[in-house]
Amino acid sequence: MLTMERWKRVIAQYRSVPGDEVPVVLSRDGSHGPVVHGLSAAAMARGIEAGARVVDVQAIHPDLHVEPADLEGDEALIQRLVHWARRWCPWTARDVDHGLLLDVTGCTHLFGGEAAMLRDIRSRFALQGLTARTAMAPTPGAAQALARFGSGAQICGAEDLAAALAPLPVAALRLDAQTTRLLDRLGLKTIGALSNLPRAALMRRFASLKPDRNPLILLDKALGQAPDPLNAPPDHRHFMTRSRLPEPVIDPAPHLPALVEDLCTLLARAELGARRLRLTIYRIDGDWRTLGVATARASRDPAHLRRLFDGKLENIDSGFGFDLLTLEATDSEPLPLIQDHLDGKRDPSADVAGLLDRLAAKLGSDKVSWSAWRETHKPERVEHRVDALQGTPAAAPTLLRERPLRLLTPPEEVRVIYAVPEGPPSQFNWRRVTYKTTRHAGPERIAPEWWRDRPGTRLRDYYKVEVEGGQRFWLYREGVIHDGRGAEPRWFLHGLFA
Amino acid sequence: MLSLLPRGKGPVLWVQDFLSRRENGAPYTPSLAAFGLEQPVLLVTASHPRDVLWTMEEGASCAGLSAVIGEVHGGPEVLDFTATKRLSLRAEASGVPLYLIRSGDPGGLSAARMRWRIASLPAQAHPDDPQAPGAARWDLELFRARGHAPGRWVASHDPDKRQSPRAADRLRLVPYADDGAVETGNRPIPQRSGG
Repeated sequence: MLTMERWKRVIAQYRSVPGDEVPVVLSRDGSHGPVVHGLSAAAMARGIEAGARVVDVQAIHPDLHVEPADLEGDEALIQRLVHWARRWCPWTARDVDHGLLLDVTGCTHLFGGEAAMLRDIRSRFALQGLTARTAMAPTPGAAQALARFGSGAQICGAEDLAAALAPLPVAALRLDAQTTRLLDRLGLKTIGALSNLPRAALMRRFASLKPDRNPLILLDKALGQAPDPLNAPPDHRHFMTRSRLPEPVIDPAPHLPALVEDLCTLLARAELGARRLRLTIYRIDGDWRTLGVATARASRDPAHLRRLFDGKLENIDSGFGFDLLTLEATDSEPLPLIQDHLDGKRDPSADVAGLLDRLAAKLGSDKVSWSAWRETHKPERVEHRVDALQGTPAAAPTLLRERPLRLLTPPEEVRVIYAVPEGPPSQFNWRRVTYKTTRHAGPERIAPEWWRDRPGTRLRDYYKVEVEGGQRFWLYREGVIHDGRGAEPRWFLHGLFA
Repeated sequence: MLSLLPRGKGPVLWVQDFLSRRENGAPYTPSLAAFGLEQPVLLVTASHPRDVLWTMEEGASCAGLSAVIGEVHGGPEVLDFTATKRLSLRAEASGVPLYLIRSGDPGGLSAARMRWRIASLPAQAHPDDPQAPGAARWDLELFRARGHAPGRWVASHDPDKRQSPRAADRLRLVPYADDGAVETGNRPIPQRSGG
């Protein structure tokens, strides 16, 4: 239901929605091709069922209108609705199948009673273009069963709980399809029939099922004989400070310190630190510009956060001026209060984190990097860079063979004169200078791993070469003659030794 | 020179400008460990020498680092006497050793406390293979220093003892250990020219 309604709402912004008489289904990927995920009322009237394969349904109904479903978008909407529903009560959680559970204990009188509250909930969902089926019951299990299989506005007290649940089908307990079918075959079609059976027999029959699928346990939960607590996700906390200006101005710099100060006060009250900040200016021509900075670890030090914006504020295009600017912490992490060293020394790791932030803010986060290591034969692939803000420093592996101090990326091709084709070079020409080799070590043969061995990949023979002036180079010959992987092998200079 | 670095726990900040990265390549950190540099290396690639100097200044004022190494190729205008003076004052104030490696330096004024000229020398004989180069040796020339007499040494690195390079004079007399002053006394800013 929610899928279809959300799809209509989204699609109406771009193009016309098909009429009510056209059967529309939304498809998602199944294990054997797309399957039906959501249905319009017309499609439902034709007897199409969710979970059927789209090609089968299309064969029966050639006029079917098929669109892809947006599963992530639906999930995001339902997560937002969980928090939005806190307008009625403070304790809300997500249920399966696009359901919301609200613990309204002690809240109903604020909305004029239980029936008025349910009416309010339905009308507010209707304003969003969503159809809500509601029910109120003493337990979450009973409430969801009544909402899905009841009249849609049922209110059930603690004393008539069993009576209200009794006529509902067993599927209302959210059993899996197999158990439902089994109970159906046994003739247990309603919850009332199920609860009339002796408990010992039910327990013996379904002992192997998991608690969230076990009919006896689910029945106990629905009837309030077993605990079924709601686990409500914590509130999103949004940290934002704004400064509204009486007159449009061009330069945001004078207003930043106060904003940062206020934001840090907010963060300190919540014992959080910012990892990512965003400054937005709202220009008088209706446009806006944003500026983001990130930190290597959570911080709420106003001086430090303010310095991250140094040199960036000049580049922000404020047009004819702006009259509102906001600073928000888009990403924050817990940061408890820390006692400074009593001897006045500073924490060195905090210093480094602060340095990382400043470097990444000024030079760009891709320019500041730690080394990370891979286990591979190719020397230039052993080390790769990770963003300093995300990664952590890792210890270098111990080298089995001598490697140069510096690697040229990419390796530079050299012209080589050699005595024997498979042997070391006797003379080579690099950057227009001719070097005569005096001594050499090698070859060290480095071949790609077999899973990286493509038809054109050639092995390399590395030589450590000392030339007449005393410099030491790392050269390699790519491939050997007549290896069937290309023409004459070429020589490259890959590294410089100390 | 790398083995002169103190054995701190903090990372080493290594800054390169684009030109020196292309000319001299990127440092390959696993083999730096063979010279005693076992701290993690924070590599920064700047596109302009001005950014290298700015980064080095930021690093020099950060006490959590065990050293700052900067590389600048050629003689850009921004790297003048004032810039080097700023760097050495920063380094002295914070106590972070700061090294500036200059390749292709045309020679100019510098306020560095120590200026070295380093070149490769033919290596020692390999113990097993007469064809192969053995332990590396360098020609070190200290041509300007505050509180030190200029001199010239042949240096090689002794990996086993994890000591500082044994320095010998250019006639290869008996090597003697002399480098404690370099490490503790002043914060040296060696200048390297040539390969």
